[in-house]
Amino acid sequence: MTTQEFAAFSDNAVMFAGIVFVLAVLAHLAEWAGSIARPAEVPAGTSTDAGGSVAVATGGDDEREERRRLRIETSGRIGVALTVVATLLLGAGVVTRAFASEPARVPWGNMYEFTLTGALGCAVIYLALLKHYRLRWMGLFLTGFLVVVLMLANLSLEQQAGPLVPALHSYWLVVHVGAAILATGAFAVGTLASVVFLLKERVQGTAGSRLRGLLDLFPASDDLDRLAYRLHAVGFPLWTFAALIAGPIWAEYAWGSYWNWDPKEVWAFITWVIYAAYLHARATAGWKGRAAAILAIIGFASLLFNFVGINFFFGAGSMHSYAGG
Amino acid sequence: MSTPSAPAMSPVELLRWAWRQLTSMRTALLLLLLLALAAVPGSVVPQSDIAPADVTRWKEQHPDLTPLYERLGLFSVFDSPWFSAIYLLLMVSLVGCIVPRTAVYWRALRSPPPAAPRNLARLPAYVAVETDDTPATVLERARRELKGRHRVVSAGTTVAAERGHLREAGNLLFHTAIIVVLLAFAYGQLFGYKGGAIVLVGKGFSNLTTQYDEFAPGSLFDPADLPPVSFTVDDFEVEFLTEGPNQGQPVDFGADITYRETPEAAEKEFHLEVNKPLVLDGISVFLVGHGYAPLVTVRDGTGEVAYRGPVVFLPQDSSFASFGVIKVLEAQPEQLGFDGMFFPTYSFTMERGPFSVFPDALNPAMSLLAYHGDLGVDDGDPQSVFELDTSEMEQFEKADGKPLRLDLAPGKKIELPDGLGSIRFDGWQRWVKVQVSDSPGKGVALTGVCLALLGLMGSLFVRRRRAWVRVTERDGRTLVEVAGLDRSAASEGLDDEVRRLAAAVVTTTPDPGVDTGTSAPDAAGDDMEVKR
Repeated sequence: MTTQEFAAFSDNAVMFAGIVFVLAVLAHLAEWAGSIARPAEVPAGTSTDAGGSVAVATGGDDEREERRRLRIETSGRIGVALTVVATLLLGAGVVTRAFASEPARVPWGNMYEFTLTGALGCAVIYLALLKHYRLRWMGLFLTGFLVVVLMLANLSLEQQAGPLVPALHSYWLVVHVGAAILATGAFAVGTLASVVFLLKERVQGTAGSRLRGLLDLFPASDDLDRLAYRLHAVGFPLWTFAALIAGPIWAEYAWGSYWNWDPKEVWAFITWVIYAAYLHARATAGWKGRAAAILAIIGFASLLFNFVGINFFFGAGSMHSYAGG
Repeated sequence: MSTPSAPAMSPVELLRWAWRQLTSMRTALLLLLLLALAAVPGSVVPQSDIAPADVTRWKEQHPDLTPLYERLGLFSVFDSPWFSAIYLLLMVSLVGCIVPRTAVYWRALRSPPPAAPRNLARLPAYVAVETDDTPATVLERARRELKGRHRVVSAGTTVAAERGHLREAGNLLFHTAIIVVLLAFAYGQLFGYKGGAIVLVGKGFSNLTTQYDEFAPGSLFDPADLPPVSFTVDDFEVEFLTEGPNQGQPVDFGADITYRETPEAAEKEFHLEVNKPLVLDGISVFLVGHGYAPLVTVRDGTGEVAYRGPVVFLPQDSSFASFGVIKVLEAQPEQLGFDGMFFPTYSFTMERGPFSVFPDALNPAMSLLAYHGDLGVDDGDPQSVFELDTSEMEQFEKADGKPLRLDLAPGKKIELPDGLGSIRFDGWQRWVKVQVSDSPGKGVALTGVCLALLGLMGSLFVRRRRAWVRVTERDGRTLVEVAGLDRSAASEGLDDEVRRLAAAVVTTTPDPGVDTGTSAPDAAGDDMEVKR
């Protein structure tokens, strides 16, 4: 295959990945729609409690309830299966992108490619942890997030495949950006857990809401909090390595100074500090749960701003501007 | 000072109170967030250490805000008193946290694992199992099982064990290493230097402050400490993509240099590239950019050559359309000045005017405006070589009163009006921009940050756990109670661990399901009660 063919294949694979992610969103939406119980129809919990005494009356309800559960379960499974397919397509798109330039190179030489690889990282981390941590409740959020990310990548960042600019001719590109992408993936999934933690807290407060049926989909608040912490605990050392070790070493080699207060460095530092605060907050009694979740979300916002915002708003002012579209 | 109702704190008490406040976790957290917030303006407002030209431009565009911003130190955020105040407070808070915690840790290290609580069933993970083995055998097995990863202490009918002290060690290492990194960084900022110079291909550079176009020394750096390195740029090559969607993007560029570490040392050769600096003792030389220097010959009104040679033009965009200024100080009877563009691959459309279609010099051309009069360099004020002060000069005009534009191709000569001289575009050569710098203490900073990462991983992933085993004689059988406690708020797997331990102490084989004729298999299935 020629480089052009690889490039065209990559573009197609990414496009199809986007389409399949949209289908996965629909499947998860169906899962959610099924979960939003009508309080009048299914008084949650009572049907099983009263099961013994009013067996005949609840028999039909039980059957309906069973069918409803089956529907939810099936939609969820379809959602996950579609996510697997979309992730494979996206993976193929990312890999072929690497071969779309001569010589072949890591597929993260510009913003478009970072975004693709980062999205792939999120999807892979989600799928890898799906079974062990029962992450299916995250499906709608994650696929929705990825659809938005892929759409933005295609609309505003897309760039033709080509060789790297000389500034990126270094194996530190693999190390520095690779670690940053992995950390971003861990933080993204962790942030989703924090978002759901806050949503759940919110919905629990509104008594009798139709949304309460949804709560069954989500894990207990404690588990969400712990999952978020775990992912951040993995992401933080990775981010430390990417931003504060690999980055400065490369900067020392490329720019002659390991720390230049370049806007991207400043925001990487800000992000690091916010996540450090998150980890401290988890250790401090009064900041657990809600406050920590809010910090996690602020941290991810700062990470996203650093990733996209710096290149858009600061452009040539940043030494990282070759990453731009 | 004191009032009868509420006795005021004595100065010592006040200090102690302040110290406690400062070193509290909550304050440290707020300081951390404040530090993040304080760094934001440093990325939004141009910084004079990093982009002095941008600062000048910003100040010209915002004359009203400039005094306020200057007073707030927004043009050098990272040296400003308020930024320093935050990170110094944070450092003090860090030290105030590390020192007492180290003392606590030291005591904890030397003290034995705490004795078993009276009621083990109350602990987060608990298993009770009956066995026919004697209490002594069970306790011996427990000791053997726990030894290795735990510190184990036996007391009567219990065995107490503890592990995971490295968690706190990692925590302390992380925070100490952060201080080391901050100190090393500060040292590098104070004693290092960084400078940039444009060197024409074929010309040389000696490491003296006068040779730099820009030089930013640390506040304690002594220019006499500049290593006496010198080098000549022998050749420069650049290759651009000539086809495809990214046409014009550089593929590679590099310069061949010949250098001497000291004036007496032998000459050595080196190929300088982006990402491939020349690293010598106390100095590193980096290739950071390149551009064009058109060669011109300017004759003055008397017909004499007033200037002949290269003039450095600065690239304005990726097409390498470059702006530059030619100042002819020697011209008679009046000084001459030119400013304008150099286009490496000249093209022209009615809409865009002249522009460059490709960064390589395939069809070079210059388009200049010309002035005569006083260049203003004798006033004593320092002038940029890239700016023409035309306040005392008059622009050459065409007959219709429009500015005279000189469009030059290589080898072309244009006579200036009124017999004031001529300019000839002889050709072009390239220049390279090198950055020369030294950041002492970088080894310490790198070691520090690596240790910090190591400590961080220890503090995040090591689990600090306690385990107890108690045996009680009951009706000729032995009741074994096993309990566990996680001290690091990460209790995953604690149940499994306690269950495994229980299985290990009641049987010689690891699996309780295949026991040797005792009632342990049942015990494992039925009597075993796991509680969270």
